[in-house]
Order: sequence, then structure tokens, then C-alpha cells
Amino acid sequence: MHHVLMDQWSRGSSPLHARDARAKILALLVFLIVLATTAPQAYSTLVIDAIVLAAAILIARLPLGNLLLRAAVVLPFSILFGAISWLMGDPVRGQGLVEKSYLSTVSVLIVVGTTPFAALLQGMESLGAPRLLILLAQFVYRYLFVISEQAQHMRIAAASRQGARNQRHRRSRLHAASGALAVLFARSYQRAEGIHRAMLARGFSGRFSTLEGRAFRLSDGLFTAAVAAFLIVVRVQ
Amino acid sequence: MHIPDNFLSTPVWAALDAVAVPAVGLMIKRAGRDTDESRIPLLGVMGAFVFAAQMINFPVGVGTSGHLVGGALLACTLGIAPASLVMTAIIAIQAIVFQDGGILALGANVFNMAIVGVLLGGWPYRTWGAASKKRAIFLGAFLSVMASGSLALGELTLSGIAMPRPLALTSLGLFAISALIEGAITISVVQVLERMNPRFVPAPERPRGPALATFGAAALLLGLAGFLIASRLPDGIQNLGLQLGLASKTAFHSPLADYSAGSFDSLWLRRATAGLAGLLLIYSVCAATARVIGRRRSA
Amino acid sequence: MTPLIEVRDLSFEYEDGTRALDGVNFRLQEGETVALLGANGSGKTTFVLQLNGILKGQGSVTVCGMPLIPENLAAIRSRIGMVFQDSDEQLFMPTVLEDVAFGPMNQGLSAEQALSRAKSALAQVGLDRVAERAPYHLSAGEKRQVALAGVLAMQPEILVLDEPTTFLDPPAQRNLYQLLRELPQAKLIVTHNIRFAAAIATRAVFFERGKLVADGPLQEIIDRFGWNYADLPAADLRYAAHRRF
Repeated sequence: MHHVLMDQWSRGSSPLHARDARAKILALLVFLIVLATTAPQAYSTLVIDAIVLAAAILIARLPLGNLLLRAAVVLPFSILFGAISWLMGDPVRGQGLVEKSYLSTVSVLIVVGTTPFAALLQGMESLGAPRLLILLAQFVYRYLFVISEQAQHMRIAAASRQGARNQRHRRSRLHAASGALAVLFARSYQRAEGIHRAMLARGFSGRFSTLEGRAFRLSDGLFTAAVAAFLIVVRVQ
Repeated sequence: MHIPDNFLSTPVWAALDAVAVPAVGLMIKRAGRDTDESRIPLLGVMGAFVFAAQMINFPVGVGTSGHLVGGALLACTLGIAPASLVMTAIIAIQAIVFQDGGILALGANVFNMAIVGVLLGGWPYRTWGAASKKRAIFLGAFLSVMASGSLALGELTLSGIAMPRPLALTSLGLFAISALIEGAITISVVQVLERMNPRFVPAPERPRGPALATFGAAALLLGLAGFLIASRLPDGIQNLGLQLGLASKTAFHSPLADYSAGSFDSLWLRRATAGLAGLLLIYSVCAATARVIGRRRSA
Repeated sequence: MTPLIEVRDLSFEYEDGTRALDGVNFRLQEGETVALLGANGSGKTTFVLQLNGILKGQGSVTVCGMPLIPENLAAIRSRIGMVFQDSDEQLFMPTVLEDVAFGPMNQGLSAEQALSRAKSALAQVGLDRVAERAPYHLSAGEKRQVALAGVLAMQPEILVLDEPTTFLDPPAQRNLYQLLRELPQAKLIVTHNIRFAAAIATRAVFFERGKLVADGPLQEIIDRFGWNYADLPAADLRYAAHRRF
């Protein structure tokens, strides 16, 4: 499963894995902004950006083929619009669209693939993201796989009850699917109540306390500064 | 519709990032009225529910199937501000973990789906839900999907993405169909939920002051603007992007490099600032109006 | 000897009027392990949720000498460690370590102290290696152990476990049994697993429609209410040879 793989990747060890989440987030933002403001005809810049990403993948010891394949999710979208641009007389722009959106997806995958999601959230909070949103994202992430699995089981159970009648009754299928969704809603709601009880039982009194994250080290600062400087210099040449 | 990175032009994505931040901040203020964080697990779990629900296929006949987006359902069951924040978290996770939508484009996607989408999803229910629940919920769900889709399309067009008329109209048509499906599914689910346990779908709260109505109206106007821009019904709008300086020369004219090979053109900066200022202006006018009216009322 | 838990005439009604508990009297002494038996819906879980104030009924509940009033809730919840039936509801933090440290943090410990308590609790249940994992990836047995660690980290005097062997395969059940055996706390165990109960508890109470109708040695209760299926015959092996696929 997708998330299992990403989880495994993010728990590897490499110089990139060892960097503080904040360092990687900042470096990523610089990369994305530099890429976004690069004109599609600045081929040398794009090539260097791609090389930087390839280097990062190698240093992080991430599986190259698998990662490049995952980044391909953006391609259907970008190839469609790119092709249209091409047909309407702007091939450079169309090409640029495909290349740039692919590169940006790869860059995000590299950061996510070398940083456990919990650490990523902690890093974002430390960089100023609102606490409420971070806590929310934490809980959504925690339960999204659990509930998705539940939904899967319900789907399989429903499918195995379909029988020979080949659903000519659209309405009844809508009702069946909505019923399933409502049941999932109710069970999620009940789950939330259970969580609340478990929180109370362990002394929760209204506020979540934070554990301190790891300290930002000199190596992290150097990493971000070096990457940012390099990318900006290349962009401005 | 999650917009990936590098589709929107820099003035557009930057402006929307700038707009989304205070918008989300406002939702946080409205939702976190009490500093009690004990509601967070419920909101989080319901967010996880929507995530999972988005993957369930709803057969609409003839081999096509629809999916629930969930903005209206969340708005009607959790309240508008909490729902908005839950959707924001969902969109962020989709972008970061599943690469569905860009990072720099988060402002745009959050604005389209979590702000405008949820506002429109919940506004009809709040305003007319007491009188005609079914119709209000359906309208909310429909507007929610229609507006967020149109806005996305409009933003892409403004960015200069080549959008030939047939493609734009087809997309808008598809959004309309998705919006109808959203309405149908949302109503259907709400009905079952009410039978299960009436407290799942709380009665619409009486609108607290005109702020909601103002924002709702603004959201509607923006959605409409998106729709118009995307469909380019008034033909002059295809030049709107150019004039606002939001798009580099589009495919409709001979491609010109807007940016010189590497340096930031001061002309670009001026245009970008103009575009940014324009969007911020619309937003601040709405916010200021809401505040002024609110103050007058309470005086 | 002051009982650890003293319940007198406890009654509780749900919002819809169902009488979930009716005049329950109960005492738990130090070092005891008591099995709570009874049909589903008979009030066992409802009873247990009253002990740390998650549900509030009529009657008196005293824990470690403290009456169950709002001012004492924090202290009482420190004394009673509750392991819930659904481990996914109990492990709600992003990582195992954060989750186990949740309790100690709420007890007012500093982050450092909480973390060290968490680490030693995890070591106690033998799961220090999963400290940085996300709970989603653990097996049911591991989740149960982490939940127990999360509760042990608060250094409670009483352990309450609601259907602890649910979803656990026999090796995991044995593991849990071995863990619990070593723990000195008094224990209340809601369970349908009679073998598990017999291994770990000597005393049992039986719930029937909200009333606590019996309280005594485990085997007596089992026999009196037929709460066992040891009397079922062994499978008939004669037919095994005739099965065709």
C-alpha cells in the first residue's frame, strides 16, 4: 500500500533523513519557488534542477524508479494541458508545464520520503503553522487509513451481497451506497467518542501538551543555506 | 479539483496564498471560540471519514460513477468554520502525502474548496435550512462543488493555461454533473443520518450577524467570477488576464518570453503587484464590509 | 483494610431512559484480580466507566479513599489505569512514544520526565523497539501492549481492562497473560474469555440487566450461571476421512 511504502522510506537512514524537518521544508519551498518562477525556455536551469533532485534521491538512498513512478500521478493532468498548449501554438509552454510540474512533484516526494509525517507536522508547527490545524492534520492522518480500510471492508461485504441481478436499479444502488456512507459516518462518530473517553481516562483536561522536537543544528542550517544559495544562483544566471 | 504546482502563474498562486492565510485564520478564530481542544479528535476523525468517503464509488449509471467531495456534508454536520478547517487539513494532507495538488498551489486549493466551497456548502442550510431542509442542503452541496470547480478553472485561465472554449465548457459541464451528484449523495446521506440519530445533523444555527451572509455572498460572486472567466462568456475576458498582468502572453498570441532569461523584470513586478492588489482589494472590501455591518448591528 | 474501590448503590440511566445500572454494590481490595462477567449489554462496561467518572451515575463511588467528585477526578484518573477494548481508540497520538507519554504529561510531569516514564513503560511491556512507529502499523497484540504501557506509565494503583483479549490470537493472549501476572496492581477484567479469566482471576462478579447479581469465587459463578462451554463434546473425527473437496 502506498502509505506503508512511504512510511518505510521515511524511516530509512541517510544524510538527508538525518536533517531536521524544518531544514528540508525550507529547502523545498526555495526549490518550488525557484522552479515556479523559471521560464519554460530556461532549459539549463531546469536540467540543473533535475540533477539536484537526482542527487538528492541518490544521497537519500530512495528507490529511484519507484519514486519517479509515484511522481507520475501528475502526468495525466499536465500532459493533457501541455498537449493543448502545444496544439494551440505554444509548444515551449506546454513542454515546460509537463517538465516543471513533474519536477515539483518529485521534489515533494523526496522530502516526504525522508521525513516521517509526524516530524513533518512538528516542523511545520515550529515554522509557524497554526496549532489547531496541525493537531487536526495529526488526527486526520492517524485515522485516515483505519477508516479507509473500514470503508474497503464495507465495499467488499456489499459487493459479495450483490447477487445475480445486475443493478438496473440505479436508485437502489445510490441508496445502498449512501446507507454505507452513513454507517461509516456513524461508526466514525462513535470512534471519536471512544477516543474522547480514552483521553479523559488518561487525564486529559482540555489541552494537548507538546513534546519538544529535536533541536535545529548547525548542519541543518548549512544544508538549507547551501541548497537555497545554489538554487537561487542557478536561477539568476 | 486539485491544482498541481506550476499550472498557476506566479501572481495567481502567490495572491491566493496571501488570501488563504487570513481566511484560514478567520476560520480558526470562529471555530476555536473555546480554547478547549477536546473537539479536535472528533473533527479529525470526521476528516478521516471524508477522506475515506471520497474514495467510495457512487454509481450514476451508464458506466460512470461519482464521488462525494464532502464540503457541504461537513458544513451541515460540524458547522461551517470547523468544516472549513477540516477540509483545509484534508487538502494539505492530499497535497503532501498523496501529491494530489501542489504545495505552492495550496492557497488556491484551500481557497477554492475549503473556504469558498465550505462557505457555500453550509450557507444555504444555515439560512434556509429551518424552512426547507432538503432543498437547502442540496443547493449547498451543488454550489459548493460548482463554485470550487469554476474557481479552479478560472484561476487556470487567468494564469494563461491554454483553455480552448470547448474544453472549458466541457469541464464546466462536468463540474455541473458532479455538483448534482454531490447534492444527491449529500441529501441521501443526511436523511439516513437523521433517522439513525438526529444529533448527527444539528439544526441550523441562527446566523450570528451578517458576516456569514456577506462572506457567503462574496463566495458566490467569486464562484460566479470564476465561472465567467473560465467560460469566457463575455469575450473580452480572455484579455482580462493580460490586462491584470496575471498571465504571461498566452497561446492565443505569439509566444513571447515574459521573463528575460533570468532576471526579474520590473515591469513584471509592477503587473504582479497590480494583480495581487486587485485580489486583496476584493477580499478586504468584503471583510471590512462585514465588520462594519457587524459593528453597526451590535451598536 | 480500606478498599481501593468502594461502590455503593450505583445506578445509571442513558439519555433514552434505559436503566444501565441498578443499585450496584462492589468492593475491590488491594492485590485482587476480579473478572466481570455477564451478557453483552448487562452493564459491565458502563459500570467500569463510572469508576473514573467518564459516566456519572447516582450513588457513591470512592476510589483510594477519595469520593468521585469533580475536584478529585484528575487524581482518581491517575490511580485507575483503563485499557479500552478498541486499541485504535486508545492509541490516538502520531507515534507510540508520544502516546505512552500522553498520560504522564497530563499528570503534570515535564516533557523529559514524561518521556523517561514512557520509555520505561514500553520496556516493561517489551516494546521499546516500536517507540517511533505509528500505531497504525502495529499488530493487534502490539497495540494492546502499547495501550497497557500508556496506562502503566501513569503508575496507577488499579488496572481496569475491558475485553483485553479481543482480536488477540492465542500467542498474543498468552503474552498478555504473562505481562499481567507480573503486575502488582489490583485488576478488574471485563471479559468473555473464560479460560483467560480462570488463569488470572480468582474472584468474579456477574452482571445481569444492570444488576450485580453474584459475587464470589470464579468457578462458582461460572458453574452457577453456566458461563462456560467446556461441556461441549469434542469434534467427531469419524467424518473427517469422508470429506471430499
